Amino acid sequence: MSYPKGTIVRNSTLTLVNHWITGLCFVLLTLSGLAMFHPVFFWLSNLFGSGQWMRALHPWLGVCLIVSFLGLFIQFWRDNLWNRDDVEWAKSLDKVLDNREEEVPPVGRFNAGQKAVFWGMALIIPVLFVTGILIWEVYFGDATSIETQRVAVLIHSMAAIGAILIWITHVYAALWVKGSMRAMLHGWVTPGWAHRHHRKWFRSLVASGSPGPTPDSTAKFRD
Amino acid sequence: MADLQSQDYIRRSATNLTPPSVRHHELEVAKLIDVSRCIGCKACQSACMEWNNLRPEMEEFQGAYENPHDLNPGTWTLMRFAEYEDEQGNLEWLIRKDGCMHCEDPGCLKACPAPGAIVQYANGIVDFISENCIGCGYCVKGCPFNIPRISAQDHKSYKCTLCSDRVGVGLEPACVKTCPTGAIMFGSKDDMKDWAGERIAELKERGFQNAGLYDPPEVGGTHVMYVLHHADKPSLYSGLPDKPHISALVGAWKGFLKPVALAGLAFAAVGAFVHSIVAGPNETTEADEAHARLEMEKAKRNGSAES
Repeated sequence: MSYPKGTIVRNSTLTLVNHWITGLCFVLLTLSGLAMFHPVFFWLSNLFGSGQWMRALHPWLGVCLIVSFLGLFIQFWRDNLWNRDDVEWAKSLDKVLDNREEEVPPVGRFNAGQKAVFWGMALIIPVLFVTGILIWEVYFGDATSIETQRVAVLIHSMAAIGAILIWITHVYAALWVKGSMRAMLHGWVTPGWAHRHHRKWFRSLVASGSPGPTPDSTAKFRD
Repeated sequence: MADLQSQDYIRRSATNLTPPSVRHHELEVAKLIDVSRCIGCKACQSACMEWNNLRPEMEEFQGAYENPHDLNPGTWTLMRFAEYEDEQGNLEWLIRKDGCMHCEDPGCLKACPAPGAIVQYANGIVDFISENCIGCGYCVKGCPFNIPRISAQDHKSYKCTLCSDRVGVGLEPACVKTCPTGAIMFGSKDDMKDWAGERIAELKERGFQNAGLYDPPEVGGTHVMYVLHHADKPSLYSGLPDKPHISALVGAWKGFLKPVALAGLAFAAVGAFVHSIVAGPNETTEADEAHARLEMEKAKRNGSAES
């Protein structure tokens, strides 16, 4: 992938493709899941052809999601490890929400909010996968007791609501912080964006002369 | 075909509006199964297959009287046989015709996510409308009696209809019509309760002190009732639940969680919108770019000074 001159690579092409496969799966799962969760959303089943088709597709989309998310997890987990900067950042959440980011302590590649989204999804998606398998009627309907399936379906729906809440936060943050969508659509950000939102990450790239997304990238900074 | 649309619904699955219910002037019906009169001939099973055109797959012999060994999509009623040794050491052969109980408060209907896939008519019959069924298996989780079965061929859920097609035109269910001993009766629920009362009195006279009617109040009563000689211990009859109730887990899932989840999602969406109005976008400014440029140039100078 080619990037405009003087920009910083925020996400590799692999990450972009991986992210949007995950996102597509998640959105389709949300639409079909909500249709099966509450009657006011049942009309969404028409997007999948019919209720039967939706019921048949939903678990397969779930399998795609967990495989795809595993790819994201491998790429992102290291930069999402919790550290002291995150505590300081979280203490200044009011300033973050107020767009006074100049007064917020600098953070690395991801801030505490992004890390919360990451670990929230990393926790919930496996829960959804396991409970989803238990209630996958076609293949596993007879594998467990009905009581187990009742527990599974309750946990599955609660976990799904949690995941959708995280997803709403994730999408809103991407729309709110300008430049973020471009970072995930085309892979690059301006140096100013990196300096404003992820100063420690920016400085680590500058110090190592890396174009991003990680300071250990061997290629030299493009000018 | 005649106009067969139903306008006598009292419940319809996954529906927020009142279903068509103007033709509700009907008696509540009930099937009464007098276990003490049953001889286990399975004529009811055959009649059910005959009327409903069901031919379940042939199975291997499982070493038990049940045939097939369990309910399945093509077996909507099943004679279950239990050998019970009473306190006096007498062997009792407890034979129970198993099938949908047609609960007044149906757990299957409560759990069903597909609008109109499960309905309850004014006469109390709970029916599966297969064209609306999506095959998710939620009814299986909702049912306190473990009755619905999902077909592996068409992924639809099936169970006893209480011969709603026959009852709708004034006939009794096929199993009732065929029962050679009169162990299965059909009529208005009140009449069936009266009849059961007489029969229970007789059984008590004959020494079955705990004889009684099985019409479990935990599910609002059922439109299929049993006369049991041991009404104090329904579970003797091949696991008939002592206190059948819709699982609290299903209650939480279908009662509490639905509105709370919807409110939570709406709150998050509205919250995001309000924030976007109040705080506005977080833009990278020219000052940010200038700071970044400065640091990059500094790093470059240091780098070239080193090399």
